[in-house]
Amino acid sequence: MAWLAKSFNSSLGKKLLMAITGLFLISFLIVHCGLNATIFLNDGGVAFNEGAEFMAHNPIIRTMEIVLFGGLLLHIFDGLRLWLDNKKKRPVAYAVVDGAANSKWYSRSMGLLGTLLLLFLIMHLKHFWYFSRLTNDLTESHTLYNEMQVVFQSPIVVIVYVLGCISLGYHLLHGFQSAFQTMGWNHPKYTPTIKAIGAIYSIVIAALFAAMPVAFYFNLIQ
Amino acid sequence: MEGHLNLTLKIWRQKNASVAGKFETYQVSGISTDMSFLEMIDVLNNRLIEEGDDPVAFDHDCREGICGMCSMYINGRPHGPNRGVTTCQLHMRSFKDGETITVEPWRASAFPVIKDLVVNRSAFDRIIAAGGFVSINTGNAQDANSLPIPKEDADDAFAAAACIGCGACVAACKNASAMLFTSAKISQLALLPQGKVEAAKRAEAMVAQMDEEGFGACSNTGACEAECPKGISLENIARMNREYFSATFSSK
Repeated sequence: MAWLAKSFNSSLGKKLLMAITGLFLISFLIVHCGLNATIFLNDGGVAFNEGAEFMAHNPIIRTMEIVLFGGLLLHIFDGLRLWLDNKKKRPVAYAVVDGAANSKWYSRSMGLLGTLLLLFLIMHLKHFWYFSRLTNDLTESHTLYNEMQVVFQSPIVVIVYVLGCISLGYHLLHGFQSAFQTMGWNHPKYTPTIKAIGAIYSIVIAALFAAMPVAFYFNLIQ
Repeated sequence: MEGHLNLTLKIWRQKNASVAGKFETYQVSGISTDMSFLEMIDVLNNRLIEEGDDPVAFDHDCREGICGMCSMYINGRPHGPNRGVTTCQLHMRSFKDGETITVEPWRASAFPVIKDLVVNRSAFDRIIAAGGFVSINTGNAQDANSLPIPKEDADDAFAAAACIGCGACVAACKNASAMLFTSAKISQLALLPQGKVEAAKRAEAMVAQMDEEGFGACSNTGACEAECPKGISLENIARMNREYFSATFSSK
């Protein structure tokens, strides 16, 4: 298997790992966003709590949670490794760089956006994952839905969540189509569709997630 | 003067690879808008020589946009502000009177500076030597029609072969990656039946050499494609990825 390790340690292989783990995380976001969007049913969190209850006890989901953390860590470490590698390739920096002339700012800022997302994620996991998995505070009378109502009373938290969602949107806008390019899927027939789906996905996911804390803060949902 | 420019040039001067360089500022006046950028540097160099100074060293050869020698990073972009041209085909009408123009060499650890604006691009030659060729038996050339090649494949191979190896892709890339160059050189052969025979071995060898030379990885920003004077497409990088990963599983 040394041949496989060699391939994944090449400059192309490191990117393939980013693409595979990235697409896996993209698929997770669909589930996460879809489940959370049930709060907009405005049913006092009944549907949401049912979904959360199912996710908390289903053995397949519990196993996937471990895979998910594994995928996330691989994505982070591989990204860090690529960043460290790439940084060394231009020891003397240009005095003038007109990046806007040839590429999108967010495509050049994936490491920065990813770092912001990681910081956001640490706070987000503390708010909800830690609360529901590692404390005994989750009860019949204080559900995950109630916890969201509590957390999103703070305007600072809401602002940070919205900024986190904006970072996520731009990270996905580049990452989605970039993953397919890295996997070699670039073809006149599919590429325009991949780019369109990527743009729609990024905007919808980011907007839905951002709407959640805002809706709670302004009491738009009960 | 109508059609003539007075310019301030900030040019990177560096004696050799082992000493640090720095910017020097020069004033040039009466530059015709019909001059190419290299001719403008020629005017400056004539003056520097007459004044007993060291002229600015820069690479150039054909001066008609096909040899790939000229390599200046002008105002933050390889080959200057226009798309689809090399520095020699960049004309001074693209600049405004009184403008300050910053000129730097390609900056990459794989392209060490030889002097001033001249960089050593032999890393590209070593990537080609690693596998960018087709092994053939010598003898009479066979009939051209004995190998049917679809028009689309021939066109794509030819478009990839338009790469002149100037290194603008590396210069433009935030990671100093040589993926566009290497992928073009892999594609021009992989698309044709003559090149398919050694495709797996070629992809592995050329990518390994590219990594060894110290080029970066690809962030898919598309800066290389946008700055390439020959319009080499990102499709080539996707093809290289396909070639490389299929070689990972199929090569012996």
